[in-house]
Amino acid sequence: MTLREIKELLQAEILTGEELLDIEPTSICGSDLLSDVLAFTKEKSLLLTGLTNSQVIRTAEMSDLIGIVFVRGKRPDNATIELATIKKIPLLTTRLPMFESCGRLYQGGARGCSEVK
Amino acid sequence: MNPHQPHIEIKKEITGGDFSTAGGISSELKNILQQAGLPPQFIRRVVIATYEAEMNVVIHAYRGTFSTSIYPDHVQVVLEDEGPGIPDVDLAFQEGFSTAPAHIREMGFGAGYGLSNMKKCSNQIDIQTQVGKGTKVMMTFWLDPSQVKSSVSV
Ligand SMILES: Nc1ncnc2c1ncn2[C@@H]1O[C@H](COP(=O)(O)OP(=O)(O)OP(=O)(O)O)[C@@H](O)[C@H]1O
Ligand SMILES: [Mg+2]
Repeated sequence: MTLREIKELLQAEILTGEELLDIEPTSICGSDLLSDVLAFTKEKSLLLTGLTNSQVIRTAEMSDLIGIVFVRGKRPDNATIELATIKKIPLLTTRLPMFESCGRLYQGGARGCSEVK
Repeated sequence: MNPHQPHIEIKKEITGGDFSTAGGISSELKNILQQAGLPPQFIRRVVIATYEAEMNVVIHAYRGTFSTSIYPDHVQVVLEDEGPGIPDVDLAFQEGFSTAPAHIREMGFGAGYGLSNMKKCSNQIDIQTQVGKGTKVMMTFWLDPSQVKSSVSV
């Protein structure tokens, strides 16, 4: 499933990185704990989160994540979006809450970080 | 080239409590390691560990320095801070142990996984700390981890 297909499933809006949406994440992770993301996600994963501070972008940068979806209509400030643009990390925002976002993606065939090698 | 002489040395300042620039040094280090052509998996474990260490200084200490030496076969990082120090280092390494206050937890930190993840990502980690003074964290990352045992101590 590519980021573009994920965007459709979540009826999400693109905040930055339109040109990077044809990538396919190896797995998807939903978390509001950055040190969990740093400790347990695989590289090339997609992160779903309710956090919008700039450290979410830094965490994605260090962990080699391929994108971030903000759930429940959350939206980072412009400086944070700008940082993601520079770091080439696409950002999406969906009105759906965390559970429903994860549910739709799982039902669509996406898998979590403990399920992939 | 002398393998015991660093290729590149970097020294930067960290300001405690400054969340807008926090992580910037690990980000710069990532760029440098990428330009040096090191493997992505290696770079990932180095910068995840240095980012956790950098955030610990920002979150828990007042100010610090971040020094990196890049050698042909390994990377060495030293973070030295002025801060409260760590009263019980073994306890601090336990997953889930954290003294981070509520506003830090709201940012997504403070799960108490930083130090254990730094240990997991590095090939060697040493901590010297003095309560009321500060903390020094030293980490070594070998490109080929099988070289760890034959390494000279520094
Ligand atoms: N540089 C430091 N100065 C003072 N205390 C520290 C420092 N680094 C770590 N500590 C102490 O050790 C504890 C555990 O650190 P660790 O990095 O594992 O977790 P954390 O920073 O609290 O949360 P997380 O890293 O998961 O966001 C901290 O809560 C803090 O009490
Ligand atoms: Mg920490």
